[in-house]
Amino acid sequence: MITLNLNGTEHRLDAEADMPLLWAIRDHVGLTGTKFGCGLAQCGACTVHVDGVPVRSCQTFLGDIEGASVTTIEGIDGKVAETVQAVWADLDVPQCGYCQSGQIMSASALLAETPKPTDEDIDAAMSGNLCRCATYQRIRAAIHEAADRLEA
Amino acid sequence: MLVQKLNEMADRAKAEAVSRRGFLLGAAATSAGVAIGFRPLAGLAAADPVKPGAELAAYISIAEDNTVTIYSSQFDMGQGSYHGIATLVVEELGADWSQVTVEGASGNVAQYGNLMWGGQFQGSGGSTSMASSWDRYRKAGAAGRMMLAEAAAKEWGVSASEIAVEKGVIAHAGSGKTSGFGAFAKAAAGVTIPEDIKLKDRSDWTEIGNPELKRYDRVGKTKGEEDFTIDVKLPGMLTAVMIHPPKFGATVASVDAAEAKALKGVSDVVTIHRGVAVLAKDMWTALKARDLVTVTWDESKAEKRGSAEIMAEYRNLAAKAPMAVARKDGDPEAALASAARVIEATYEFPYLAHAAMEPLNAVAAMNADGVLEIRGGHQMPDYYQQMASQFSDVPPEKIRMHVMKTGGGFGRRATPDAEVITEVAAIGKAIGWKAPVKLQWTRENDMRGGRYRPAYVHRMRAGLGADGKLVAWDNHIVGQSIVANTIFSGLIKDGVDATSVEGSSTLPYAIPNLGVGLTTTEVGVPVLWWRSVGSTHTAYATEVFLDEVIAEIGADQVQFRLDLLKDHPRHAGVLKLAAEKAEWGKPLPEGHHWGVAVHESFSSYVAEIAEVSVEDGQVIVHRVVAAVDVGTPINPDVIRAQVEGGIGFGLGSVLSEELTLTGGEVDQGNYDGYLPLRIDRMPKVEVHIVPSTERPTGIGEPGVPPIGPAIANAVFRASGQRVRTLPFEKGFKAA
Repeated sequence: MITLNLNGTEHRLDAEADMPLLWAIRDHVGLTGTKFGCGLAQCGACTVHVDGVPVRSCQTFLGDIEGASVTTIEGIDGKVAETVQAVWADLDVPQCGYCQSGQIMSASALLAETPKPTDEDIDAAMSGNLCRCATYQRIRAAIHEAADRLEA
Repeated sequence: MLVQKLNEMADRAKAEAVSRRGFLLGAAATSAGVAIGFRPLAGLAAADPVKPGAELAAYISIAEDNTVTIYSSQFDMGQGSYHGIATLVVEELGADWSQVTVEGASGNVAQYGNLMWGGQFQGSGGSTSMASSWDRYRKAGAAGRMMLAEAAAKEWGVSASEIAVEKGVIAHAGSGKTSGFGAFAKAAAGVTIPEDIKLKDRSDWTEIGNPELKRYDRVGKTKGEEDFTIDVKLPGMLTAVMIHPPKFGATVASVDAAEAKALKGVSDVVTIHRGVAVLAKDMWTALKARDLVTVTWDESKAEKRGSAEIMAEYRNLAAKAPMAVARKDGDPEAALASAARVIEATYEFPYLAHAAMEPLNAVAAMNADGVLEIRGGHQMPDYYQQMASQFSDVPPEKIRMHVMKTGGGFGRRATPDAEVITEVAAIGKAIGWKAPVKLQWTRENDMRGGRYRPAYVHRMRAGLGADGKLVAWDNHIVGQSIVANTIFSGLIKDGVDATSVEGSSTLPYAIPNLGVGLTTTEVGVPVLWWRSVGSTHTAYATEVFLDEVIAEIGADQVQFRLDLLKDHPRHAGVLKLAAEKAEWGKPLPEGHHWGVAVHESFSSYVAEIAEVSVEDGQVIVHRVVAAVDVGTPINPDVIRAQVEGGIGFGLGSVLSEELTLTGGEVDQGNYDGYLPLRIDRMPKVEVHIVPSTERPTGIGEPGVPPIGPAIANAVFRASGQRVRTLPFEKGFKAA
């Protein structure tokens, strides 16, 4: 048994320390907003926050994060995350939507750290999140718009 | 046998299509309200009360709780077809967006067959979804509105002509009476639908063409609430992962699964027609067990060539005469022989992977009634039902296909061998249907699983007269046929697979002597349509080679094209609009250059003008101005989104995407080796839509083809280099 603190709730999981956080979240806790895309930390679809820091859950292992606080797309709240989600909808960012949980997790972490990101900041923070629909133009615009709304 | 069945299915549908000319709509009461679809709706009332008539005939059901469910014949892989169809229904029905949901429909080709393909086959592709749905779903919506108005008129004792149905409210101004839809859902079922349903005048549209309208499904997608096939959870469900042969055409010789089976949580290891499946209680256990299985393969019939050898063969073939003629205007050979100047070039295109974000998957469960339920990204549901039957030994009428939205697709979910469907059917059968099975491919299964955009070589020749006029053009295309040896092989006419030559054979320019030839190769690497199909390579070869001619004679990129497009006003229209919006002719910043391309695919017309610089050997795309003519624009914002995304998708493919093989084995397994576009290389994109009252065409694909040639033509001006081998990573040499 291993303990996972997810979205504010402690879960006791019948899983081993080498299990990637992604599969614990999806198959054991049963939250499916966090997606599997590559399994190699190459696409960012599985991005979650561990103690507020965006990580790729497919390459983060249960044994390494015991005691840490994990947040998924289902659990994010607060002004930054809610603004990001609202702007994402207002700008009609998603197409298929599969990568967007990960995009929003990365964007929220960026804005929490850097309230007024430049295009270069966005490139640096978001290049690990692949979007095969290439919604990048709207992602960039949404991050700037969210920054403006949060500043206002 | 399968082909025969499909033919029978098609014949039956054809007969039914003839008998229902004039769009005879019908309706039936259900336990929850009313369902509107084609006549006859026999048996509808007895249908599953939760989803009335979904598998039978319905386009729309209106329930007493006011909900409006739209059953989409068209598959949504992100391109927005559900939203497009909902827009047509909401417009004509007078519904409010808040009451609308959309579900995938299947199981009745007569109702859901794609009308752009003769109505004989349910499927999405070739950017046909809006064209197929344009009349069908507007008429269904209009019928619903009329029925609600009639039912309310009867109850209120007023004339139906005085009743307005708008934003989910049925209202009679004279009496002040109003109602939601639910109160009249049952009564509406008793109203007879006239054969000739009047549609709204376009001047009365509030939804169709509304640039402010946002997608109905956008909010759920920002909260992780959209369910894809990977998210399906069923009681007792097992997760299956596949071991596929490392070379295409290899088969299982022997399997040692003892160690894997000993792992806690592993339920089965089974050999099926496409490899070995490992089943476990969860994905991680299945993956760990997969590593413990040793499979030896029989590679006697496998393709063992690498992509370098394949391309070398194509180059040789391209220099020879083509096997088949796709188009011949005038006498291109004679005109080339007598031309004052001849320009020649060879273009090379690699295999490309779809690499959609959701790796292929499907879920199969035998329910208590003995019905096999298969959930997945069924882009061709009736055909997949037949294929599932073949591999499950369950009769087709006992198989129900649930169409899920998918995390991308780009063509990959429409496969003639229905691979994940047949795999999950065979796995379920192999374990005796003891549990529901979710089959989930890994990224490596997906990347190495075949079905690529074929590799091609184009040999291009142009002849100029002494006056500099373009008098001859010849384009020899070498590569695999997508449809050969599949159920679609009937599309091959006189040795020409149209999907190999479209875009080249439809070249719009006024050139008196024009030849397009095709040499179809036999290679054991499975291939498939990839977003914009033939135009993925023909647009590049033709528009870049045309630019070689333009550069040779020192002409203007826009004006030269316009001069040759006098008989093609829609091509010319988008080019003029893009040039105007880009302020063509106005000086650019130092080192920045324009590149132009215009291309029609699937009857949609797109021009793209790219502003590019080359800095430190790096191609930088600053801005792309696109103009599109898709006939009547249904959802302008979706059109913009599809062109923005199509440009990003196409740009990634020309810059860095390449699928290679060594000794028959695919070199790339994941996104570390196969390189789609990332945000740092996404240019600013502007999309301008030509106003039009023509019938709508599609935009899922047509934004893709022009971006490659537009970039290449700009790069030539910026660097003097002509990129004739894709991707740029290979074909563009840093100075």
